Amino acid sequence: MTGPNADTTAMISMRGLGVRFAEMAAPVLAGVDVEIPEGELVLVVGRTGTGKTTLLRTINGLVPHFSGGTVSGRVVVAGRDTRTHPPRELADVVGFVGQDPVSGFVTDHVEDELAYAMESLGVPADVMRRRVEETLDLLGLVDVRDRPLADLSGGQQQRVAIGSVLTAHPRILVLDEPTSALDPLAAEEVLATLQRLVHDLGLTVVLAEHRLERVVQYADRVLLLPGDGRVVDGVPSEVLSRSPIVPPVVELARVAGWDPPPLSVRDARRRAPALRRRLAALGSPAAQGSGPEARRTGAAVLARTAHLAVSYGRVTALAGVSVSVSAGEVVALMGRNGAGKSTLLHTLVGLRAPSGGTVEVGGQQPARMRPVDLVRSVGLVPQVPTDLLYASSVREECATADTDARVEPGTTAALFERLCPAIPAGRHPRDLSEGQRLTLALAVVLAAGPPLLLLDEPTRGLDYTAKRRLVEILRDLAEGDHGILLATHDVELVAEVADRVLVLADGEVVADGPTAEVVVSSPAFAPQTAKVLAPEPWLTPGQVAAALETAEEAVSS
Amino acid sequence: MSPRSPRSVVLPARHRIGFPRTLHPAAWWVWALGLAAAASRTTNPVPLLAILVVGAFVVAARRSTAPWAASYSAFLKLALLVIVIRIVFQALLSTASQGPTVLFTLPLLPLPASSGLKLGGAITLEAVLSATYAGLQLAVLLCCVGAANALGSARRLLRYVPGALYEVGVACVIALTFAPQLVTDASRVRAAQRLRGRSTRGPASLRRLAMPVLEGALERSVELAAAMDSRGYGRTTSGAGNPGRARAARRVTGGLVLAGLLGVAIGVYGLLDGTASAWLGLPLLVTGAVLAGLGMHLGGRRTGRTRYRPDPWALPEWLVAGSGVLAGAAMQFEVALDPASLSLASATAVPPVPLLACAGIVLALLPAFVAPPLPVATRPAAPADAIDPAYRAVA
Repeated sequence: MTGPNADTTAMISMRGLGVRFAEMAAPVLAGVDVEIPEGELVLVVGRTGTGKTTLLRTINGLVPHFSGGTVSGRVVVAGRDTRTHPPRELADVVGFVGQDPVSGFVTDHVEDELAYAMESLGVPADVMRRRVEETLDLLGLVDVRDRPLADLSGGQQQRVAIGSVLTAHPRILVLDEPTSALDPLAAEEVLATLQRLVHDLGLTVVLAEHRLERVVQYADRVLLLPGDGRVVDGVPSEVLSRSPIVPPVVELARVAGWDPPPLSVRDARRRAPALRRRLAALGSPAAQGSGPEARRTGAAVLARTAHLAVSYGRVTALAGVSVSVSAGEVVALMGRNGAGKSTLLHTLVGLRAPSGGTVEVGGQQPARMRPVDLVRSVGLVPQVPTDLLYASSVREECATADTDARVEPGTTAALFERLCPAIPAGRHPRDLSEGQRLTLALAVVLAAGPPLLLLDEPTRGLDYTAKRRLVEILRDLAEGDHGILLATHDVELVAEVADRVLVLADGEVVADGPTAEVVVSSPAFAPQTAKVLAPEPWLTPGQVAAALETAEEAVSS
Repeated sequence: MSPRSPRSVVLPARHRIGFPRTLHPAAWWVWALGLAAAASRTTNPVPLLAILVVGAFVVAARRSTAPWAASYSAFLKLALLVIVIRIVFQALLSTASQGPTVLFTLPLLPLPASSGLKLGGAITLEAVLSATYAGLQLAVLLCCVGAANALGSARRLLRYVPGALYEVGVACVIALTFAPQLVTDASRVRAAQRLRGRSTRGPASLRRLAMPVLEGALERSVELAAAMDSRGYGRTTSGAGNPGRARAARRVTGGLVLAGLLGVAIGVYGLLDGTASAWLGLPLLVTGAVLAGLGMHLGGRRTGRTRYRPDPWALPEWLVAGSGVLAGAAMQFEVALDPASLSLASATAVPPVPLLACAGIVLALLPAFVAPPLPVATRPAAPADAIDPAYRAVA
């Protein structure tokens, strides 16, 4: 590319970049100097609200041309200055895939969607045809080429979204949390695709991701946003060794004292034999008392299904599921997208009537209960927690929750204060962070005091800090004799919090047992710690740390 | 011209009648609108029923397995509902006596004489029949639109919106996607209300439903706008260097298209209304079409967009569209030649058979045979010769 800025060798160059939005006191980004050469896979990490999305959007000019705000310094992308080039003039250089692929779809058909960008750019028909075929092959979408977009799985939709910007032959691909809504295997699928694009086509990829454990091993470089507007730039192991947010494998490395920390399970396993031997000598985590609480016998059964079947039209969602949840236990519900997890939760709160079999919650059939009585025996935090919220301030939201649940005024506010302290009561729920919003929805649901709590994908969009807080809250609730059933893809969360794991596939229960038994043996659902330490049944770095500490104390005393 | 044997004429595949492919959606719409135009000129049940049967037959023969193809039955049900409503209203609420043949008598609700209405009372055969015929016309029009939508979905048709109207087309496509999305959102939020122990009825719940749904829709719209902008939407390849000239060109295009469409609208009204004088119809329609076409051509040249895999317009398209146009034209001639055969003298009279019009309608059956059959999706893994040739012949 020749032009006024052809002197720069970097594909993306940010010089003294600062971004400030009018309504905010502090700038989101300040003094960012980053040069990204061609063919790198760059990972942007940071807590929510530190400006990851803003940084990504400066690359194709959505900030400031689309979002507004004041930008200082300059961003030059493949020789084009984003001050003078709006996003549409960069469409042939930068491919941008937003957080939710579905909301970015313009058409409803796979091939049309792939061709859309090229049509806008005026690419000749024969070239267009060829590129669509190439992209279908590259992303493994040939089998679904003439299907409506709505019929695709999450992983396929995400690949179509990537393909729809690739057909314009950009040199840079920018992705905002491409795997946050996907189950572990679909996420692998998308990441493998990205890696292939980097290695085979020399594409420069910049992506933001919360679930570091999935991507950090593929990254050539990490940009860490500490939250004060700066950007820390470096190779992954170096940045992560001092980052406040790290994947479990790095946490384990800190516990074991490995430096520099390994980034992938493979690297960690190579250094783990000594640790494995030490842990084997200590016995199992359950014997240590540091594992998730062993299942209590004799606890009251809060919900039970027997041969439960649910169908939508001619689609079977659940085919004979028999499960039970007791007071004081945390049960994780896992399985790929569309396996029937959400349907099971919806049936337990009476949103769906069973087509066969029985479902009982607190001894009654949920579909026949009045809403007012139902909320006293079971509560569900839906996948999109904001569905539950409609007031214009936290205070108002808590007050309506009190009237809805017919409890003492102030109950919900007190609950929320306990779960998530020091949030100004006048703030709009939409202005809260993802984690705070989830906690508010949780408080609203808990206001009526249901003994059974259901959560649908609670960690979607949560960073590690928010997730740790959620784990603490869930453990406290289980201590207080709540029964908890959570549907999730997040294996690390399951390892931290669940006593028991249920795996659904095709509407049937394929595994039901203590967490360690179910997840350690599974390639898809095993947490990183378990993969590193297998066959020893340790699930989290926390367990390992606690066990090592007790062992040392025993030695010293 | 040298004499050639018929064997040497090689017809490209797109012109071949039996070659499987999808027909251009515009051809289906022209065909259906031709039938609809014919239906709009008559209340005689014979041609109306003929149109209904022809439409249903072609849909049954050529519809795909796509979700929109199932919409024909929805249109049929709607058409039946229209007839029923028409009968109920005319029979119950008619102002004066409708005819001598009393079928049965309902209790008469006394209404003030000044209102000129009666409710209940004698239900006559004449009232029921004339209501059925009038309802049938509307029902047949609905079925024509339903057939067009089932065969060439409105969404596929929108791909062929001329370049000058591109923005309008995109807006329609997005609206078609957003409407079902809103319904899904609303049911999700309603479910969430139940989770909070609220009843889901009453005006208060409506406000609580509207807020999250609208907020969600707004957020998605902004997301979509960002996605479209990053994918080059609105990037014009020509005229970008000279904004003044581009603006002038836009005004000319807009004016031409607007004037043209106005002409087309008045022309169609003149043709189908029948009471307007003849000079209003055809000439205005033609002038309007030319103006609009010119405007769209000029505007289309400006955008510099290209189109991915357009459906060809070949012999089958001409035949399908032509058969529809002929059906409409035959009816138009019948109106001019023998208007009496297209309406009934009295509701109970045996309906006459307008021969010319009916011949035109039967001609519209042609697409069931000349429209290309839909290609069957093949699995790339299965080698072609694995299929038994005998089976393939049957399929």
